[in-house]
Amino acid sequence: MDNFAILLTFFAMACFIGYFVIWGVTPALYSPLMSVSNAISGIVILGAITTGNDWWGIFAAFLASVNIFGGFSVSRRMLAMFRKKGKK
Amino acid sequence: MIISLFDLFCIILFILAIRFMATPKTANIGNYSAIISMMIAIGISFFPLPEKFLWLLGAIFLGAIIGIIFGEKIKITELPQMIAILNGLGGGAATCIAIAETNILKHSSAISVLGGIIGAITLSGSLIAFCKLQGIIKKRKIFLSPLIINLCFLLAVSAAPLFFDSQTILVPVIFILALVWGIFMVFPIGGADMPIIISILNSFSGWATVAIGFSYSNVLMIVVGTIVGASGTILAYIMIKSMNKNLLKLFIQPDSLTTNNVMEKMPNEGNPEDAAFIMENAKNIIIVPGYGMAAASAQYAIKNMADILEKKYKISVRFAIHPVAGRMPGHMNVLLADAGVDYEKVFELENINSEFSETDVVYVIGANDITNPEAKTNPDSPLYGMPVLDVDKAKVVFFVKRSLNTGYSGVNNPLFFASNTIMLYGDAKKITEDINKILEQ
Repeated sequence: MDNFAILLTFFAMACFIGYFVIWGVTPALYSPLMSVSNAISGIVILGAITTGNDWWGIFAAFLASVNIFGGFSVSRRMLAMFRKKGKK
Repeated sequence: MIISLFDLFCIILFILAIRFMATPKTANIGNYSAIISMMIAIGISFFPLPEKFLWLLGAIFLGAIIGIIFGEKIKITELPQMIAILNGLGGGAATCIAIAETNILKHSSAISVLGGIIGAITLSGSLIAFCKLQGIIKKRKIFLSPLIINLCFLLAVSAAPLFFDSQTILVPVIFILALVWGIFMVFPIGGADMPIIISILNSFSGWATVAIGFSYSNVLMIVVGTIVGASGTILAYIMIKSMNKNLLKLFIQPDSLTTNNVMEKMPNEGNPEDAAFIMENAKNIIIVPGYGMAAASAQYAIKNMADILEKKYKISVRFAIHPVAGRMPGHMNVLLADAGVDYEKVFELENINSEFSETDVVYVIGANDITNPEAKTNPDSPLYGMPVLDVDKAKVVFFVKRSLNTGYSGVNNPLFFASNTIMLYGDAKKITEDINKILEQ
């Protein structure tokens, strides 16, 4: 089986998983969902680490890192707001 | 193709993370699963050690510090801007990776250039969205129709790959073109369409990751990027449906800004005393927040009002939220949660709309178009067909507004002139606090 077909299979499966998982999220949490998905889109950093021999790759790692850590930190704060009320 | 059991583990953890986001009770676990998964993924990718790994570690460390400082320091009112900027950085990273790949291989693959193009559009588009949310850019008009501009860029960018095959020098040119396109794409879009455009940019950063993932044959990047892309696309779809817009219209011809507010008659004008008196004697109240609540940071005053009404007067208070209220999906829910409102009292449009007819008082704070009954009755209205909150069915409606100006759509709201509507002019926060003072007496 050729490489591209395997990758495409993963992509197609991920589309279905994404579709069903995202529709399961309650509308009240759309903002944190956006923030978490924003943070995990920083996974592009793996590409940056692979191209780390070039300065552009290192700069990409920096940008993606701000994206990841900023995104998780914003999500954590938003979710903490929901949680402290949930306990009451 | 590179795939290991670690990748599989990370993929499962990322999917579970989003699954945990389904309810407020488990959402926190979701965030931490995503963090753990991301750390494992980054850690694994350092084996075998890249040549300049110290530089890479330094860059990641510096980025982490900057990200965490901004993430922790940002004010709650500035969350939409923060999300826009972070989105842009993710896109920017994809573009830089595409450039780096071209430099290293001395040749570029179409798929990574595609990722770079999407990333560049995300970067500049998000920066413009940030400036708009921050109020730095207020203008929307540009010299040409957005239809022509978008078509030209589409042609230019899609024609470019035909020429770059051996000439890597063209790659940066394509990316600069894409950057300019992003600016022109977002520039004509107005404030109330922000939930749509932020969702679209969010999905772009995911699709850019997918493209880069394909060029590196990296399954983890493809799967995670796809989930992000799906998330942004579905949110955009929900937002577009809730505004009864269509995607093409948004980019081709954004609504013109017209003000056609015809004064048929004078609206009823009230003061905080009237409002407090009527509220005290109500059995149930629904509060409808809009962007005006966010702009005035009135959510704490609102929470206080709900507490007084419930504890002192034993009145049932609920909140009704329209999907597009605010500047990002779920904006109002976050603000109310921040103020301490129990999420079980906050209802989405479809779950509460039938109850307005049995409601004594509706308190609309900083919202306008999402309550406009013309969306149901007047086929000529630009809002026609958009789902709205049926606040006009309640016995008494209070509108807290700065002035009689039209909402974002530029459409007159006949509800302001209805006999059961009372206008409260002024700052959303101050008016609410004034009412609270009287209620407490």
